[in-house]
Amino acid sequence: MSEHWVAEVLVMPKDGVNDPQGEAIAGGLRDLGYSSVQRVRSGKRFTVELLASSESEARANAESMADRLLANPVIEVFWIEGVTPKHQSNADAS
Amino acid sequence: MKQYVAIVTFPGSNGDHDAWHAFSSDLGVPTRMIDYRDTDLSYAAAIVIPGGFSYGDYLRCGAIARFAPVMNSVKQFAENGGPVLGICNGFQVLTEAHLLPGALLRNASLRFHCAWIHVRVDASSTAWTDSLGTGEILRLPVAHGDGAYFADSATLDRLEEQQQVVFRYCDAEGATVDTANPNGSERSIAGICNDQRNVVGMMPHPERATDELVGGADGLKVISAAFTFLGVPA
Repeated sequence: MSEHWVAEVLVMPKDGVNDPQGEAIAGGLRDLGYSSVQRVRSGKRFTVELLASSESEARANAESMADRLLANPVIEVFWIEGVTPKHQSNADAS
Repeated sequence: MKQYVAIVTFPGSNGDHDAWHAFSSDLGVPTRMIDYRDTDLSYAAAIVIPGGFSYGDYLRCGAIARFAPVMNSVKQFAENGGPVLGICNGFQVLTEAHLLPGALLRNASLRFHCAWIHVRVDASSTAWTDSLGTGEILRLPVAHGDGAYFADSATLDRLEEQQQVVFRYCDAEGATVDTANPNGSERSIAGICNDQRNVVGMMPHPERATDELVGGADGLKVISAAFTFLGVPA
């Protein structure tokens, strides 16, 4: 039986890949007075709702999606931050 | 039978009509617009993936266009040795489709860069640049926000060794100085080709430099390769 899952996928630029957005954000933080800021890297977060018969199946599907589309392995790394049943992670919206 | 230059239009392409005009009118060769849902490219002598903002550049430039129905046929065409030219967004699409190595990142300046620049031909033995000489300097326009070529250093070394770096940003004298690199591309790379040398991707727009009336005609030196593909005299 399929259940409704929520997978959180995080994507970040690989080490060694320039991140001018992160650098600009770091500059903005310093301009705001946060002189302690050493470095900022910026990435993306995807919330994928999907049907799967188990958490491991949902996770495997999310990993496949991230590898094939959500991230570009040439320039980015990704990881699955969490896979939770829909009703637990989003109780107010059910 | 190879009959025409095929120009692929994705939702959000905007260089497709420039390319159509450049090939059909300025060059005067048979040209056809191909919808992204079409899959029959059997009559194409060459394929052009034009510039623009396919699918709104959502997710990453070129990432969604890669899955358009036409792309399976483009891939097959390329693998069979057919000449493919990716311009700007088309270059991004070809890297996302793994037809060319590397990726195009946000410009180091974070600004959209629209200007006439110079590129030096560093490897002329490709399907699209055979008639050009190594070291030749072309003046072409660029117009992009995500044009910084990136590949890991092993890939960059391999591209150099195999002479797959087709174009480099340079000054008017041909020197690859940092000030002539408009977007922070690794090793000033403006265009590359694949192992087979039939697929070329470039950020500058040869199809927007086909008449002195618009500021320059050096682009004709690239797109005139179509004469060879179609077997017609120049």
